[in-house]
Amino acid sequence: MRKLTNNEAGAGVGSVTLGMGDSLAHESAIKHVTGGAQYVDDILEPADLLHVATGQSTIAHGRIKSLNLDAVRVAEGVVDVITIKDVPGDPDVSPVYTGDMLLASEEVVYIGQPIFAVAAISLELAKKACLQAKIEYEVLEAVLTPQQALAKAAFVLPTRSFVKGEVDQAIESAAHVVEAEQFVRGQEHFYLEGQISLALPTEDGGVHVISSSQHPSEIQKLVASVLGLNIHQVQSETRRMGGGFGGKESQAAILGCTASLFAVRNRRSVKYRMPRQDDMVQTGKRHDFWNRYRAGVTDQGIITGVQMELAGLCGCTADLSEGIVDRAMFHADNAYYYPAARINGYRCKTNTVSNTAFRGFGGPKGMIAAESMMDDIARKVGRDPLDVRLDNLYAPGRDETPYGQKIEQHMLRDMMEKLADDAGYRDRRNAISAFNKENADVRKGLALTPIKFGISFTSTHLNQAGALLHIYTDGSVHINHGGTEMGQGLYTKIAQVVASTLGVSYERVMVSSTRTDKVPNTSPTAASAGTDLNGMAAQNAAQKIKRRLIEFVASDSGVSSNEVTIENDKVMVRGDARSFDDVVKSAYMNRIQLSATGFYKTPKINFDKETGKGHPFFYFANGAALSEVIVDGLTGEYRVSQVDILHDVGNSINPAIDIGQIEGGFVQGMGWLTTEELLWDDTGRLISNSPANYKIPTAYDVPEKFSVQLYHEPNQEKTIYQSKAVGEPPLMLALSVWCALRDAAASFSDYQINPPMNAPATPEEVYYAINAAKEYPTK
Amino acid sequence: MKLVINQQTVEVNAPADRTALQYLRASGLTGTKEGCASGDCGACTVMVGELKAGKVQFKTINSCIVPIGQLAGTHVVTVEGLADQSGLHPVQDEMVVCHGSQCGFCTPGFVMSLAAMLENGDPAKTETVQQGISGNLCRCTGYRPIVQAGMNALGRDYESRLQDPGLLNDIKPASSGSVQQPLNESALRAVMVQYPRAPLIAGGTDLMLEVTQRYQGIERLIDVSRVKELRLITETQDTYGIGASVTYTELEAFFAPRSPALVSLLHRFGSRQIRNSGTIGGNLANGSPIADMPPILICWDATLELCSSSGQTREVDISEFYTGYRQTVLKADEYIAGIRIPKRSLNSFTRCYKSSKRIEDDISSVMGAFLFEGDSSNLLEGGGSKITAARIAFGGMAATPVRLTGIEDRLVGKTVSEELLTDVSEALGEAMSPLTDVRASAEYRTAMARSMVVRALNEFSGISKPLVMELELHA
Repeated sequence: MRKLTNNEAGAGVGSVTLGMGDSLAHESAIKHVTGGAQYVDDILEPADLLHVATGQSTIAHGRIKSLNLDAVRVAEGVVDVITIKDVPGDPDVSPVYTGDMLLASEEVVYIGQPIFAVAAISLELAKKACLQAKIEYEVLEAVLTPQQALAKAAFVLPTRSFVKGEVDQAIESAAHVVEAEQFVRGQEHFYLEGQISLALPTEDGGVHVISSSQHPSEIQKLVASVLGLNIHQVQSETRRMGGGFGGKESQAAILGCTASLFAVRNRRSVKYRMPRQDDMVQTGKRHDFWNRYRAGVTDQGIITGVQMELAGLCGCTADLSEGIVDRAMFHADNAYYYPAARINGYRCKTNTVSNTAFRGFGGPKGMIAAESMMDDIARKVGRDPLDVRLDNLYAPGRDETPYGQKIEQHMLRDMMEKLADDAGYRDRRNAISAFNKENADVRKGLALTPIKFGISFTSTHLNQAGALLHIYTDGSVHINHGGTEMGQGLYTKIAQVVASTLGVSYERVMVSSTRTDKVPNTSPTAASAGTDLNGMAAQNAAQKIKRRLIEFVASDSGVSSNEVTIENDKVMVRGDARSFDDVVKSAYMNRIQLSATGFYKTPKINFDKETGKGHPFFYFANGAALSEVIVDGLTGEYRVSQVDILHDVGNSINPAIDIGQIEGGFVQGMGWLTTEELLWDDTGRLISNSPANYKIPTAYDVPEKFSVQLYHEPNQEKTIYQSKAVGEPPLMLALSVWCALRDAAASFSDYQINPPMNAPATPEEVYYAINAAKEYPTK
Repeated sequence: MKLVINQQTVEVNAPADRTALQYLRASGLTGTKEGCASGDCGACTVMVGELKAGKVQFKTINSCIVPIGQLAGTHVVTVEGLADQSGLHPVQDEMVVCHGSQCGFCTPGFVMSLAAMLENGDPAKTETVQQGISGNLCRCTGYRPIVQAGMNALGRDYESRLQDPGLLNDIKPASSGSVQQPLNESALRAVMVQYPRAPLIAGGTDLMLEVTQRYQGIERLIDVSRVKELRLITETQDTYGIGASVTYTELEAFFAPRSPALVSLLHRFGSRQIRNSGTIGGNLANGSPIADMPPILICWDATLELCSSSGQTREVDISEFYTGYRQTVLKADEYIAGIRIPKRSLNSFTRCYKSSKRIEDDISSVMGAFLFEGDSSNLLEGGGSKITAARIAFGGMAATPVRLTGIEDRLVGKTVSEELLTDVSEALGEAMSPLTDVRASAEYRTAMARSMVVRALNEFSGISKPLVMELELHA
């Protein structure tokens, strides 16, 4: 049971101490429910504000023959119009490699690509003005699918491989060979708050950018480089996002840069807010993947070797696709031991918007291949899929991953068996088999799938964080850190860390906007690492000040430092209590520094990209989910009837927030695998370009029987409070839904085969999977 | 024009195409959010109170697609208007206690949807809460804590803090200005003569997308949603007359005891917010080939009453109303006054099946409606008898909603058999050539049309009960 605790905002300093492990409400909860939480678009608009819209390419690939913007410039309300020639600095706004241009130059590479930008006195007038442009193109051939890109060897970055052992021999000499392919579609982030930046010019010719961004430091750096300024002339700030999910890691930069360019050119404040359709068309999504796998297995279904080809549709540029396809490769084993393996990751270059980070960062695309393969193996050898999964798990002695890291904490067997027992897997499996025998058209499906997700940025240098802590003379505490708040509860957890480290009540601690002039050179809030990194940095800062206070009190009282403690807002000296406020005041009068920075870098990690070997992850987060579905064989329509989850967050800093991440991540993953169908037409135009035709789950899609339990085992590694990262991993628990749907479809062949089924499993996709199963001759 | 916003009377002079959301946010009420500006996400949900029999009755709307001018004379309550000196509103309190917000951007919309349920005295039932928030999308929480918050709030004793009929006593709809709000048909016709080019607006759930998605300006609107005669449901000995401005929420209530088949469809029709605004006349007049209502109205032999601005009326059979893709027989100077449904149609065996990617608030890929009569005494339940009359109609299978008389003819005089099902199924494939689009492939659409016919006939003949799946889907 979760403990429900209500954080009354502004309840005053010094009431109750609630620290680590308590289910405190989100720090902004009361502001959320009263409408008081301020998002970028809610900031009082300056009187001189301009609004931005862009003119967009209408073809997927071509050369601009002529661009006539005369009518745009004189359109009602227009103040300024820019093309790439108006960029004073470097127009390349790529996060890692090159090629993401602020505006197109001669070549256009996807439908929706911005060619010019307009600043006008209202968004409506800016949008209307864009329609006045006259653009002529020379149309070039467009590459739109991973298959086409592979055939042309069109890649944004070179192909990589993880190789372990003699894989061909291991497969060919096996008792059975299982092989299949699958097309796994991407996913639109659909954060409820669209992309937005507000740029305010400064007196030094610089700019203050307030954005909805997971990576304020990158916006700062790119704005400076676009404008040809020093980084110190640009300040970048994010208080909160209305959802991020990876979509505001690199993709927010183009808005910040465009708004800043207009702001500095015109000496006016400028807002660039993308209407929903522009956001869906112009910003990157989760990658489509075309996966192929081939595995050798024993008669018992134990894997002897695996060959996998994972081809990610990266779109027109690299963006973050290096790491994303890497992570698909890192998770192509999911939780299973491959004695021999060759895993190839392709970064396909296509004439579509450049795909980007999305919760799981490629991991889900590797895992779905592994889980699909497990079910195929089970059918092949005629065993229950759960038994095949259990027998293929990593275990002591069978612990080396295809990339060389050894698995050290073996929790999944116990977690899966416990979940199977608690949720009655075996009985339900029997009941479903009986039900499916009796029903011609309506069938049920069941699947229990694990996840093992590697925690750390796979780019090692990003695994660092900073914090800045102040204690003011009234004893109130103010913390800034490099992480951003997108709803995941990071600020709440950081305040808990600071309060418990200092020994003061949670209500004393205020966390405010993430700003590059408070904490510099920060990493994106991504890779589930927000609390791991920033929590440790905040703790480091708090420990410094605490040590100073303790040493001050010790010397003041003439005792040794180890006789002074701070707890529950009291400073204890040999059993005597002094109030924290008094001690702080006294420390100030005695010129003790009450401000400190904190820093953290993740230990132990390394990875050699050339050899594909190393220790890229500090640790792994684990989980298991059991899902049951009911399927209509005549239409492919279905309901998810029950879901049980057991998930590993180490020691939970805040169980309510962690459970919220697990439930929310699961439902988001379920959307990706069921109703959310990202579709382009054959000219390369996104046709799922609005919430009217791109359907994320509603409350009705969530099963009424939906249980989430935490698996209580501390992280073996020294993380903050021995907790584990929770942002991304739960999304992949939804693979159990996809596998359960395929299980139900397989029942139409009396479980002789697993029919091919792509993702998402829309009713249409399930219908055709069922038909394929029906066509298989039953015994 | 005047309205009340969070208990304050305000005077508004706005262009016709200024949405309520734009107006509210520009006046500093930024708690209400824009998530999509197309009525699909619910982040902009506000409550609108109207005087009914001396009481203020509240409903939720998507403020992003409602012109502020349409709200003259109403009490608009936003998320800022719920908490008072005594503290948080029960819904707000439960949302905090249940951890119902993460990023918080959708939260004001959910709070308003739940608050409206509390105002209406809805029961604390899961299905009721799900229906109430069917038009609210959340991308963070997975909904469980929000549904829990709704259940808890609806279980609490609540005395409305918003009931103040006096506030609305002296303010009236706008009889002049950018949004004309005639109160009766003669006034409507006069306004149509005065402004022949001004579009008619009812719920605006489709028309306003021209403004918010395609950036088209609209100079003047004629609001038919206040026209008294068009708001009525009337009854003669043989027919029900549904006024064109009757909303879907009102239809749900009216048909609840009269047609379970239609009501189960209406629960999947748009969202609560859309059903509160959208009208039956609007659903027909916009001419969409995938509108959900036409197929069942075709099966029921409904007729439309069309009226011109000069007062001439004519009746058109619904199956002759549509002439092409988004084209109807409705002339520029005409409006739909009402829909007449023969009462005896409601006594026949009727089924509506909707195929879509998502169960709730999704546009159909195929919408099928079926009406069969047999020689058995139990018309509503069917029951193994010879088919004496049949109506089959589909949406989503052609450029217009279509009735398949050729298929109907194959059924009349027969009893349901494997042979008949095969015959009808094959004929259906030949009779229709749907398109492939973002919602479904042509092949799947045809397959679904066949599955629907087979299912309807099997249920009519008693070979199969309504499927477990159906019960699950429409529970």
